[in-house]
This record gives sequence, C-alpha cells and structure tokens, in this order.
Amino acid sequence: MDTNLVRQVLGQKVQFIHGDMACVYGALLAGCNFFAGYPITPATEVAEGMSELLPKLGGRYIQMEDEIASMGAIIGASWTGAKAMTSTSGPGFSLMQENIGYAVMSEAPCVIVNVQRSGPSTGQPTLPAQGDMMQARWGTHGDHEIIMLYPYSVQEALEMTITAFNLAEKYRTPVLLFIDAELGHMQEKVVIPEDDEFEVCYRQTVTVSKEEYQAFRPGNNAHPDRLVPEFAPFGSGYRTYVTGLTHNEAGLPRTNSPEIHDRMIRRLCEKILANRADMTFFKESYADDCDIALVAYGITARACEDAVAEARERGIKVGMLRLITIWPFPEDLIQQWARKVRLMVVPEMNLGQMIHPIREAVAGQCRVVPLNKIGGEVHTPGEILEGMVRAIEREREREPAAA
Amino acid sequence: MIKDAETLRNKYLRDAMFPTIFCDGCGIGNVLQYTLWAIDNLGLDMDRTVFVSGIGCSSRLPGYIKADGLHTTHGRALAFATGVKVANPDLTVIVFTGDGDCAGIGGNHFIHAIRRNIDITVIAVNNFTYGMTGGQVAPTTPIGSITTTTPYGSAEPPFDMSEMAKVIGAPYVARWPVTYPYQPIKSIEAGVQKRGFAFVELFAPCPTAYGRRNKLRNIEQAWQWYRDHVILLDDYERIQRFGSAEEKRSLVGKLKIGVFQDVEKRSFTDALEEQIASLRVDKPEPERQAA
Repeated sequence: MDTNLVRQVLGQKVQFIHGDMACVYGALLAGCNFFAGYPITPATEVAEGMSELLPKLGGRYIQMEDEIASMGAIIGASWTGAKAMTSTSGPGFSLMQENIGYAVMSEAPCVIVNVQRSGPSTGQPTLPAQGDMMQARWGTHGDHEIIMLYPYSVQEALEMTITAFNLAEKYRTPVLLFIDAELGHMQEKVVIPEDDEFEVCYRQTVTVSKEEYQAFRPGNNAHPDRLVPEFAPFGSGYRTYVTGLTHNEAGLPRTNSPEIHDRMIRRLCEKILANRADMTFFKESYADDCDIALVAYGITARACEDAVAEARERGIKVGMLRLITIWPFPEDLIQQWARKVRLMVVPEMNLGQMIHPIREAVAGQCRVVPLNKIGGEVHTPGEILEGMVRAIEREREREPAAA
Repeated sequence: MIKDAETLRNKYLRDAMFPTIFCDGCGIGNVLQYTLWAIDNLGLDMDRTVFVSGIGCSSRLPGYIKADGLHTTHGRALAFATGVKVANPDLTVIVFTGDGDCAGIGGNHFIHAIRRNIDITVIAVNNFTYGMTGGQVAPTTPIGSITTTTPYGSAEPPFDMSEMAKVIGAPYVARWPVTYPYQPIKSIEAGVQKRGFAFVELFAPCPTAYGRRNKLRNIEQAWQWYRDHVILLDDYERIQRFGSAEEKRSLVGKLKIGVFQDVEKRSFTDALEEQIASLRVDKPEPERQAA
C-alpha cells in the first residue's frame, strides 16, 4: 500500500487520537489491507476505524459473526497474500485461541490486537486489567512460541502496530499487539511518521520454480539457512495445501511420524527464539545507577515513571525496566537486571502473572516482590511508591546485614 | 473431455496422497469424483481455484486435489473461505464440509455465510454421523438411529441443511444422494457458476461408523436405502397437495431431493467491490483509448 496515500487518508501529521485508533493508523501505515472483526468493548473503535478508512485505500473490511470467524477470516485472507488484522478484548480473545494455533501451525502472518479488559468471563467490560498475559502465551493448545508486543502510549501503539505487522511478515506467525483498556480509550497526541522513520516488511515470496516448490521447506535460494519458508499466495499457481495437521515440508499430512512432528514444531519455535534480538523491545531508566528495579509493562509503566521520579528525589536508588516485548520472554534482560539489583518490584493489574517468568529468569539472584492491583483501576504513582517502600523495609527486616 | 476415472485422477489428484484415508464403501470418494467431473466439464482453472474445508472425513478432500487447499479448524471452513474470497474475489472458492462440521459446530458460520451471500460453492457431505471419531450422533442423524453416543436410539430430531440454506436465501440449493451420479455433477456445475452462495448437499453412505449399527453395513443395502428413502421435491409437493391419505402417509421418513432453490441475487463480494471502487482515493484513471 502506498504510504503517501495512507497519510493522505489519515489527514494531519499531528493529531489527538485514542489508542484504539492508533492501532488503526499503524496497521494502515504497515500496509494492512484486510480486517475482520466483531464488536467488543473496549476494542470496538479499532473495527470502526478500519471500516471507515480501509475502503478508501482499496482494502477490505468485514464484520464477522463472532471472534472465531474473525480469526478464521484473517487467516484465509493472509493465505491470499493480504496483510490481515483483527481486534478484540478478553472474551473474544478466548474464542480466538484455537485459530491462533492454526495460524502458528500454518505459518500465516497476521496481527491480533487485544485491548485488555477485566475478567474472567464478562468481568468489567469497560475497565482495564492485565489478566490475559498468560493466555497470550499458552492460550492455544500445544507447544508453540508467540510474539506479543505491549505499547504504553498512543504514539507507541501506532509504532508498535507497524512493528507487529513487520514481525508477522518476517517470521510468518501471528503477532499479538496488546494495549490496556485505559489506553484504548485515552486520547493523546500522535505524530504520523514519514517514510524514512519506519520500515515496512513483506513475507519472503517464492523464488523457486513450481517443480521445486515445497510450501513448508524452510529457507530460500538467497538464505538457505533461514527457518521461515517462502510464501506462494493462493491463486499464484503454486498450488499450496495448508493444514493444521502435522505436515511434511510439502505440506502433506504426516500425523504418525514422531520425527516429522518433532522437526516441524521445533522449527516453528526456533524461527522465533533464534531471532529474539530482532523482536525484543524494552525501555530502561537509571539502569546503571540503581539497586532496586521496577519491572512493568503497559499502562502500569506510566504510573511507575512518576513513582521512579518521586523515589529518586527521596534518594531511593530505583531504576525501571519497561517490557514492550512480553513474548518471547526477554530472559537475558531480566537476568542482567537481577545481577545488579537486590530487589525487583513487579506491579501488575492482575494477581500475579508476569512475575512467574520473571522469577524463573531471576533464579534467586535477587528478591522479586509482586505489587498487584485488580478491580479496574490503574495503579497510582503513590501506590507504586508506597508498595516499593514497603518492600524495601521488609527486605531490610529480613536481611539486616545487607542494609 | 475426460472419459474415465484414471485420467481424471492423473489430471487432478496428488499421487503422494494415495492411498486415501477413506473406508471401503464410503461415499466421499463419489463426491470427489462428481466434483472433478463438474470441474472438468466447466474447464475451471485449477491455478485459480481454492478448496477450503473444516475437520472430518469429508474435510480431508482438499488434500487430494492438486490445487490450493486450506484444511482448517472444526466447523470454521466458511469463516476461512470468507476471508479467502473477500480478500481475493477473483479466486473460485469451493468448500468441502460434512454434516457435523457444517450443521453442528459450524452452524453459525453456515447461517451467516448464506446471509451475506458470499460467492462460494459449498459441497456438504451428509453421512448422518461423526465418522472420523467413530460414529457419534450428529445434528443430521435420523431419529431412532443407533450411534456410539445414542446406544438406545437417537431421540433428537435431525437438522435439514438444504431447507435451512433455502430459507436463509442461498441463491442455489440442491440435494442428491451419491447413488444418483448425474444430478450431483450438474448441481455442482450450476453451483460453481452461480454468482453467490451455492449449497450442494450430497447424502453419502458411511458403512463403517454409521452403517454397521443401523443395518446398512452392506454397501448394496446402503445404496438401496437411499433409493427407498428419497423423494423428488416435485413428487413430494404434488403428494402433499393432491395425494391420497395413503400416499401422504408414505412421505413419513422420506428425504426430499432435487433443486431446492435457483435464483439470482447480488453477491456480497460484488457489492463490496463496488463500494470500495467508489470510495478509494486512488481511483483508477478513466480507461485510456488503446493507441
């Protein structure tokens, strides 16, 4: 899609929009030309924005009968070569899980926006929560890796949606883009980037002849060691058979071969894990001058920024690590931080989800303390500061020698 | 034109997929053969035809055909097919589905794909059972049937997919048993040519999972059962209107076959493309005269 045309449709370079709309803008700049969705608070505005803007750019919008169908439709569209996206929130995200697994298995690039709201079940539809972190990782059945990005501002939502498409295309995998309900409905200034300020990636199209073509053979003529296969869209004459069953390199079902299953699933995981450096995004502050760390993500990190500023004024040597890439989990990064601090505080709008992989990575090198809040309100900076101070005091009591 | 099954197989099917997964006496092979005859008669470009399916015995069919194929999740073939067709309306999309896939788990997608009038052809293989899992009661299982999950006979009234498709307004709906070789081919041809949602339901025997528990394991008996239990739509309606009491009693338990609906309707894909053409900011310049 011509990015100049996209900018023309988006209008002024500097705008005041909400997070849901920022996902729309980012998707269009990334070349999204197909959207299927189903209304759900607080993600409906993504679908609304798409329904208005996509046709102007020649793209196709369709409202499906449910989230299962939305997820199916974007995978079908992806196999025709489209850059496809859907958006939803908790209950719909639950419904999408089986077909997200199909996108993993069939290596169909696509982007799923989840504007996180409170659950389980219908929960608090209009209020934020961060309860889907583990569902994002393990929601679909079976061994797999997943990419998930979690921006914390409207500007970053726009930029990370572009990145989500780029990663989906490069690694031929579904990419999850999470924002908080709070951000989805919050208006902020955005600056629409120029072409030289962002990259737009496309899946590697087929380079071999039809006779040589094997739909799921990794690599290509230029890069035989790549773990991602070449892509021949439906209708190109390459006649690709796609199945969610375990399949060989030709794409044909081979469900009784332990070797083929093992080889295939390990490659699907490895194509992501081997490229962590290309997909790990984070922000640090006072990284080289701290003995306490706040590790946060999403909207919670915004409250943390204020808490850090206040704490530093009080002489507390706290640094902050904000995770933008949630999955694959940046273990090395957490380990680096664990080596330099004595205490890690993890505020989350759930009863403790990301604290588990954090503790696993820390492996006892420092104390890790949760700071959980549920009920539909974002942590205030004061609550984070207080929680942090409490944790410091408790730690002093436990280890008087260290103080 | 191809005259024999071997030439048909060599032209359209993937060698690497043989032998098939289908049991002796299964009617799904007939469905594939009729579909290929229809495709050959129409001269369909197999580079531009996509076969989509869900899960179940009949949903394995795209794997056998040398063409683009999308073997998806249980019940969701129509959702995936909608994505394929809407994203690239130039492709011909044919969906294979079964009675459990289409009328059970996929019922909602079935209703809405028809309502939208997506321009695809759906070939639904109805064998009255969940065959791949060993023969459980399906939404289409005739009342009283013995299945692994209705060991005392099914008490559920069955679902009539073709009546449903007609009522929701599919522009083309036809139903035949595979024991009629000619009509299914003509109906598949008509369905593919129809600009809009075409539904062709084919009754196919399942001797292994359904038949053996319902005295229809023998394939000749199974084929005879269809001959005894189907009635042409015209005959059914004539008897309903003008028949004697005895004739009307004979309709009980009979399955209507024939062309249920054949009308012209604007397809969703056409309507959407027209709307997009009027809205896009990069409107193609008016056609220039050839130099």
